[in-house]
Amino acid sequence: MSENRIKELAGELAGEISKEIKREIKSLGKKTFHMGGVHPEANKFAHSKSVETFPLPDQAVVYMTQHLGAPAKPVVQKGDKVKVGQLVGEASGFVSANIHSPISGTVNRIDMIADITGYKRPAVIIDREGDEWDESIDTSEDIVREIKLNKEEIIARMKDRGIVGLGGACFPTHIKYMLKPEQKCEFLIVNAAECEPYISTDNRVMLERTEQCIIGIEIALIASGAPQAIIGIEDNKPKAIAKLVEATKGHPRIKVQPLNIKYPQGAEKQLIKAITGRSVPNGALPISVGCIVNNITTMYVLYQAVQKNKPIVQAYTTISGKSIPAEQCKNFRIRLGTPIKAIMDAVGIPEDTGKIIAGGPMMGKAITNIEAYAGKGMSSLLFISEKEAARGPIRNCTRCGKCVQACPIGLEPHRLHALASQNRLEECEQNGIMNCIECGSCQFICPANRPILDNIRVGKNKTGAMIRARATNK
Amino acid sequence: MIILLNVSMAVLWKAVLILGIVGIIAAVVLYFIAKKFQVVEDPRIDQICELLPGANCGGCGFAGCRNLAETMVARGTMEGCSCPGTPKEKNDLIAAILGIEAGDSTPKVAVVRCQGSCTNSPAKVAYDSEISCFFANSLYAGEGLCPNGCLGCGDCVKACNFGAITINPETKLPEVNEDKCVGCGVCAKGCPRGVIEIRNKGPKNRRVYVACNNKEKGAVAMKNCKAACIGCGKCAKVCPFEAITVENNLAYIDYTKCKMCKKCVAECPKGAIVAVNFPVVNPQAPKETKE
Repeated sequence: MSENRIKELAGELAGEISKEIKREIKSLGKKTFHMGGVHPEANKFAHSKSVETFPLPDQAVVYMTQHLGAPAKPVVQKGDKVKVGQLVGEASGFVSANIHSPISGTVNRIDMIADITGYKRPAVIIDREGDEWDESIDTSEDIVREIKLNKEEIIARMKDRGIVGLGGACFPTHIKYMLKPEQKCEFLIVNAAECEPYISTDNRVMLERTEQCIIGIEIALIASGAPQAIIGIEDNKPKAIAKLVEATKGHPRIKVQPLNIKYPQGAEKQLIKAITGRSVPNGALPISVGCIVNNITTMYVLYQAVQKNKPIVQAYTTISGKSIPAEQCKNFRIRLGTPIKAIMDAVGIPEDTGKIIAGGPMMGKAITNIEAYAGKGMSSLLFISEKEAARGPIRNCTRCGKCVQACPIGLEPHRLHALASQNRLEECEQNGIMNCIECGSCQFICPANRPILDNIRVGKNKTGAMIRARATNK
Repeated sequence: MIILLNVSMAVLWKAVLILGIVGIIAAVVLYFIAKKFQVVEDPRIDQICELLPGANCGGCGFAGCRNLAETMVARGTMEGCSCPGTPKEKNDLIAAILGIEAGDSTPKVAVVRCQGSCTNSPAKVAYDSEISCFFANSLYAGEGLCPNGCLGCGDCVKACNFGAITINPETKLPEVNEDKCVGCGVCAKGCPRGVIEIRNKGPKNRRVYVACNNKEKGAVAMKNCKAACIGCGKCAKVCPFEAITVENNLAYIDYTKCKMCKKCVAECPKGAIVAVNFPVVNPQAPKETKE
């Protein structure tokens, strides 16, 4: 990507905003979190591309593990006819989510299919016949503004429609809203920071489905009981900010808060810190400081679930990367269960692709099995060239302290790296390894190319196991 | 000199007296303190310690030989706390000291139950950070996409206290040096996928085992690895001693029942069963040569 092209993109992003709105945005000010953070190249190549619908697959492989927690239990059998939006997997456990059929057709079989990591996961395989939606779902494009459901009904609908956080972690959303009597939500924070490079689906959803997003936030306000909602959005999306500012005019309880660009601003704790100034204690959930954080796309699917009874049947995915031509960088609505290979064929990936990442380049996972299928949390597919993907030569740590500066939690990554690699788990625990959010800022900034995060992850895994063992022994 | 002594005789006696009294008082105090704070140590600990190798290798899983001896005495058993490096005679003596029957102390050795080498299971992806199998296991299924096979990052090599395991750079699989391996099992514990198993060393170091850990269905396993056990069960049928069981699409040879007839080795269509340290049979002269 040439310099010119980047400038051009920046121009595209900034234009066409009226002076009044500009003034209004300016009056909102900018906030950010103060500890740590890095500035990776934004590379938002697909920022100005509207969302296209990806062709329906002939066969969809619907994993039962598209969310954090226990895998869903298949409720269909071989030979069953299913329609789009029909329940195929039922949540099995407290942290789990329902899965719905993304296409209409016949259930081919229920099997173990390798996902992007190469490990086999339970999945329902459906052969497509046409595109017939379940009768209970309103498929029209009309915007339904009136919210008829009450708090309990909304939460029940979230659970029923399998709403999960689409920011990347796929945490079942209804659990966030199931508050204990002593807990009170003071802020509903809508995460539109989109701090990961390349990804631009949130931006597109905000631009193209602005009103729906706002209705979704109103719904979430009812569900959470919070007096106000604040949309945190990084200022590299000026158009989206302008649109949201305009759209929220009739909604006094919803505010827009522009944020300075900084990674990892989209992380829950950092966003809360940036917007409210409150610090979530280590090991605690955002609700402990009276906040619930949800992604903006989650708000959009929440609108669809509550107003149109529509479950999550498609993923919003940015296809991008430096190794593919700029005009191929696009945003897609992809039905769940679409083969990744089909997406690759459609994009026409170049020869020198060295790495494909599902999710953002900072926190996403490299795909090891391209014969896998799209899931709810696939917010992007990045094609990274071989040259870019290669790790630099690992040199000795010079104790320069850049990683300490970059850590948004205030840990000492270089120290944890050493302790973890020496298996000194007790010391790892004392040095707060369990508080690491694995944002990768330390590894990104390290001038010696040290595999800091890799080692911290190992240490975190082992320390977690140690703590659990200790708890069970007691 | 004598004059000098004469002069200072009184001083000398005084000094001797004072020191003597201090000494006696200290002795009495120390005697009572020693009584008060006496630690009764089982004499067996010392006896067992003498019999153990004293290398403090940690292969038993305890912090050195003395710690092991203490644990043995405290538990009163050798189950789960025996020294894998101690020869049988000495183990019998230890058992005698503990007043128990000597357990199964047949020499053991670690075997790698994976043949997913570069040729058998070609790499489909590359992992560019050789940090640990533990980490790689949490990330992905492996370079050859076998979810149960060896990852080749060498956690077993790091775990081994005897330098008995090395990664073969050609096959990218760990190899166990039989002479150095004491069968302590630290490597088996260190392997996140349970690829390494501790088996009987066998008569004349001969062993027959299934060198595969893949629990997938035959067709899937075959797709990723040429040498994978497909769970066809031919070996179990041919085995005259009922030593082979097939569970989760994977055959397992019980080393306590196996009589090394090698019928299964010939029967296996995938070459997943290996026999080691058997003399090479010459096809022209099928008679076995005497060792």
